[in-house]
Amino acid sequence: MLKAQTRRPWRAPFALFPSAKILKLAARNLARYWRRTLLTAGLIILGIVAVLLFVSVSGSFKGVIVGQITDAMIGHLQVHRKGYVASIDNLPLNLNMKPAQVEKAEQALGGMQDVVASSPRLKLGAMFSNFTETTNIRLNGVIPEREAATVPLLPERLVQGSAANGLIERGKILIPEILAKGMKLKVGDTIVLVATNLDGSVNGKTFVVQGVLGDVTGPGGRDGYIHIDDARALLRMTQPEVSEIAIRLKNPARLAQAQIGLEQALADLRNPQGMPVLEVHTWEGLSPFANIARMIDLLDLFIRVMLVGIVLIAVMNVMMMAVYERIREIGTIAAIGTPPRRILTLFIYEGLLLGLIGTLIGTVISLTIVAGLNLWPIHIKFARQVFELAPAIAVSDIVLIGAIVLVVSVLASLQPAWKAARMNPMTALRHV
Amino acid sequence: MAVITARQLSKSYRAGSVDVPAIHGVDFSIESGAFVAFVGPSGSGKSTLLNMIGGLDKPSGGQLVVLDTDIAALDHRAAANFRGANLGFIFQDFNLIPVLTAYENIEYPLLMVQDWPADKRHARVIELLEAVGMAEQAEKRPDQLSGGQKQRVAVARALATRPKLVLADEPTANLDHDTAYRILELMKKMRDEFGTTFIFSTHDPKIMGEAEVTFTLEDGRLVNSGGKHA
Repeated sequence: MLKAQTRRPWRAPFALFPSAKILKLAARNLARYWRRTLLTAGLIILGIVAVLLFVSVSGSFKGVIVGQITDAMIGHLQVHRKGYVASIDNLPLNLNMKPAQVEKAEQALGGMQDVVASSPRLKLGAMFSNFTETTNIRLNGVIPEREAATVPLLPERLVQGSAANGLIERGKILIPEILAKGMKLKVGDTIVLVATNLDGSVNGKTFVVQGVLGDVTGPGGRDGYIHIDDARALLRMTQPEVSEIAIRLKNPARLAQAQIGLEQALADLRNPQGMPVLEVHTWEGLSPFANIARMIDLLDLFIRVMLVGIVLIAVMNVMMMAVYERIREIGTIAAIGTPPRRILTLFIYEGLLLGLIGTLIGTVISLTIVAGLNLWPIHIKFARQVFELAPAIAVSDIVLIGAIVLVVSVLASLQPAWKAARMNPMTALRHV
Repeated sequence: MAVITARQLSKSYRAGSVDVPAIHGVDFSIESGAFVAFVGPSGSGKSTLLNMIGGLDKPSGGQLVVLDTDIAALDHRAAANFRGANLGFIFQDFNLIPVLTAYENIEYPLLMVQDWPADKRHARVIELLEAVGMAEQAEKRPDQLSGGQKQRVAVARALATRPKLVLADEPTANLDHDTAYRILELMKKMRDEFGTTFIFSTHDPKIMGEAEVTFTLEDGRLVNSGGKHA
């Protein structure tokens, strides 16, 4: 009786995975053309080192700047009266939050588990005089303890003087360094602040310089600080209004969720037109650095795409060459009955091993360089500030980039491996 | 019992718009355990015939039944499975895998083709290395072996999976006369020891005398056959 076809029984997918012997064979095939293997692995290593270093250094730079913006100035979130942020350059007193609105916002914040601290601020513009010269200053009237809890890096910005009551005492002022230098002021000097209130009347008050704050890049980086009660007195404010409430979150990664939660909690506070009275902004919406951070993220993506391209082209090229140079060998193993899927697996594993070697060596080199950068830190000047970078590579980045390289290595090997698996053994054996 | 039966078997190749015949309607059968030679000058169709028997090529006409299997009906994968399950191959250029040792070359079909367990694989490789007199060279790679030694390893590899049929295309063409005889003696010994049917092709008149059955081909036609199994 004739058998039309000789078929093997169905095999479980795990049977596709090679034994250690097949991996060994793949490794030996790579070692056979060691110069080419080294060159290709070198390209992959270079790509991985470039990506991991960029991710770690840019991540560190972003972390330092964002940390300063959120922890020394803005906080993670801010609540304002609707329209205030649109006119924030004028510091409009007529768009301050009324006591009832502040109370509602404070109640909402008190019920949120994501919130660690919050700080009401009264912002104002004033004339600043040292009795011989006069200039303008933007001021934040704050409750010292709450401000220090909300932006904990603010006291650390003091380059002269020291914090009291958490930050500032009544009758005293913290002034920006640029102003101190320009007007030759030091701690203990007396200055005069003159402000115009909502009614248009002008009021002046003397203050003693308690400290000088180092300038930082970003909104509010050159503001002065006084006690909120002093600010209200200066403005002859009859009720405790505030311009904004800065908020610190437990986990900054929950920024979007916290914003939504707070917006929902404040949603029932509406004006006669039925529109929400208060609005919630994230630091990203308030700081121009958010755009730079987005550019860094874009560059990060771009460099990852380049890595994919490098691995794809390098592995595909080397595997295509491997198939071309081993046509007779493929013909031999096909002729003696090696199932096509085994030939496919063998070549895919050669590509995978290549990617694995590149990933392991690239990761070790990257970790070594990053360790070196932490031992001998690099300093980056951004605007008027110099930052010391402390790059770190997250395990998740190593895993993700390693996975990308391995997946791309397999994909790049697929076409040559498929070609090898489908090769006609007779034609292959005749190949010279 | 016939292991191979060919009826009006023909093969032609397409060269541009022209069909070039390589085998013209040949009939033959080969019995189990035979030691057979296809002989003839270059271009007579010996390799074409062996390739069809080995499922590496398909007939253009007629019927070819090898080990109860219609060769024409096999697709790429089924042909590979058929070869892996039933056939062994010996090549003119030895075609050993250069990165593997003699031991590993013999082990290769047991591992990659038939998935033998490690202990049985080892026992079989040792048995074959001793049978072909290559136990001392087990750890050497092909580039460390002479031509005769390479072909011994190739014979052992062809027999590794206990195939019913071994096909050898000009197995002695790249060997000196003495070595060629020793390889044929080895093949015959293996046939006697394992009961495997051996079919080889040769154009060397001195070698063809070693076969128990010979089929002579000229221009794709079977012009003569001789021996008790023909």
